[in-house]
Amino acid sequence: MQAPAAAPSRVRALMTGESVQRLLALGALLILLVFFSVVVPHFASTANYIDILTATSVNGVLAVGVTLVIITGGIDLSVGTAMTFCSVVAGLVSVTLGLPLPLGLLSAFAAGAAVGIVNGTLVAKAKLPPFIATLGMLYVTLGLAQVISNVHPIYFDAAQPQFQIFFMSKSVFGIPNIVWVMLGAAAIAWVLLNKTTFGRYTFALGSNEEATRISGVNVDRWKITVYAVEGLFVGLAGIIIASRMNSAQPGLGVGYELDAIAAAVIGGTSLAGGEGSIVGTVIGAFLISTLRIGLSVAGVPDQWKSVITGLVVIGAVWLDILRRRAQA
Amino acid sequence: MNVVRILGLTATVAIAAAACSGTASTTPATSAAAGASSAPAASGNTSGAASAYTPPTDAGAAKGKTIAIISKGEQHQFWQAVKKGALDEASKLGVTATYQGPATESEVDKQLTMLQTALSSNPAAVCFAALDSKAAGDLLNQAKAANIPVVGFDSGVDSDIPVTTVATDNIAAAGVEADKLAGLIGDSGKVAVIVHDQTSQTGITRRDGFVNQMKAKHPNIQVVDVQYGAGDPVKSADIAKSMMTANPDLKGFFGANEGSIKGILNALKETGNENKIVAVGYDSGQQQLDAINSGVEAGAITQNPVGIGSKCVDAAIDAINGKALPKNIDTGFYWFDKTNINNPEIQAVLYK
Repeated sequence: MQAPAAAPSRVRALMTGESVQRLLALGALLILLVFFSVVVPHFASTANYIDILTATSVNGVLAVGVTLVIITGGIDLSVGTAMTFCSVVAGLVSVTLGLPLPLGLLSAFAAGAAVGIVNGTLVAKAKLPPFIATLGMLYVTLGLAQVISNVHPIYFDAAQPQFQIFFMSKSVFGIPNIVWVMLGAAAIAWVLLNKTTFGRYTFALGSNEEATRISGVNVDRWKITVYAVEGLFVGLAGIIIASRMNSAQPGLGVGYELDAIAAAVIGGTSLAGGEGSIVGTVIGAFLISTLRIGLSVAGVPDQWKSVITGLVVIGAVWLDILRRRAQA
Repeated sequence: MNVVRILGLTATVAIAAAACSGTASTTPATSAAAGASSAPAASGNTSGAASAYTPPTDAGAAKGKTIAIISKGEQHQFWQAVKKGALDEASKLGVTATYQGPATESEVDKQLTMLQTALSSNPAAVCFAALDSKAAGDLLNQAKAANIPVVGFDSGVDSDIPVTTVATDNIAAAGVEADKLAGLIGDSGKVAVIVHDQTSQTGITRRDGFVNQMKAKHPNIQVVDVQYGAGDPVKSADIAKSMMTANPDLKGFFGANEGSIKGILNALKETGNENKIVAVGYDSGQQQLDAINSGVEAGAITQNPVGIGSKCVDAAIDAINGKALPKNIDTGFYWFDKTNINNPEIQAVLYK
């Protein structure tokens, strides 16, 4: 009989590692929100919740991008500085060269994809460990951003006043567009990962690369594609961070990669590869922002903010390892 | 999991915990002796007098020699202006100057490596803006043993070895900021401070100068919070918004460096509080200048970065020629706002 056999496997599917981790992350987020709302004066206000949403936007986009790479068993340390590189490119094209804004935005995406292709090629063809390849590109993009901008910020307000207005001032239901862009990017990432061949191969590369190669898939080409697609998300992050500051600030970005990776891991993406979820990553990104802003509004001294945030990240990774060990 | 992945996981987690603090923690720098100007008490005093130091007009024995300049980095436009001042003065007097700094102001170890490399090339003198005033002790001893004079600039070094320190009196300058902000909000109410870090000398002295002046001279003003944004305009903006959430009746903001005040200005824009909360900043840069001209920012303290650059080269030349130098060369500061931003002496020290 089909029905009884189907039911237990559906229950089993519900309780897979990823969904448990996602529930844990969502649970932790809700507990944090309730805790801060009760304990910290002024935290529970619409304006503050919108601040949390806005603060999550840039990291959210970086995090869903990096999730794709981590699922293949890789990692990308260059996302923070590559983001800055893309924002500088957008500034160069639409402010310094004075070309139309859409061209500037397109060039940011192109720059992100280019960095992704380089990363992917170093990993797939040159066989560099992703940690090393992308660490090298972190420094390259950090430097290049400063080289092409002559170590000078590029301001959008005079040449392209609509830029910041669109992302930050215009809103739907009172929530600035930058948040909707981030959620839209997450939705696209979800579709890519769960509904396309690209997504299937991304998981396959992470679960068992050898088996994937033997079954005839061009592993090298797909690896490069994953990094390139991630690069598009990095380009988007470059665009929206520039809109927040109404400028491209070279020299920024070091450290942003760690928030992105932390968000992915908290949300259930395994650094060993083969497992991950976009929903989890977005929850992880909100968790990090909620924690930071909650501690900020509470006026917790900076040193303690740092300790608490670090412990939460370590705790989340540790929980994930425990869960994985329990399942094995 | 194989070894590389374990290493990667461990390293990522360790770096995440450390990086969450924004800047690498260094041993707190003790403040080197400040400049010759006295701390201003009256709110009428809007500038710090520069030291009576006469720069050389001729390079003398230093002509054609090399001065190695190690700065704190090139991340902020401030350092670009220092570089310009230094390199222009060097070429004017016919000496060769090399200028370098680490990628970010938290890379103490990289800066020390640069200092080591510079000393190994046996320059005629070294100018050094310490990210950590105590960490360079060993290298300074090396310089002394090799008879290479060391000139400190921007942040002093906790040692007797430098022949002089060329810097701004940040404590006095931040005190003037406190007086100005107090005057603009009716000498009572709540204000908040965003500093770049609490480990560098400039972070410590500007924060303390501001907070202590408020405590001493403006008892009806409450500094509700001091938070640190690593000079990142986005992080500083999020922090400023949180401070506004926690203190709905906040009347004023002080941003202790360019990145911090940029964040404050962005936050005021994002929350629509641009004409409701008074903001005062530090240094210049295009965004601040625009904000001061439009009135969103009430004013700022400008140092003299070009002067810091050129005077450190001057002091190095004097040191090579064996001239006696004062312990501190104060390069001065100005409070500027919409009313005097176009004065020539202010324009000369601003940078974009």
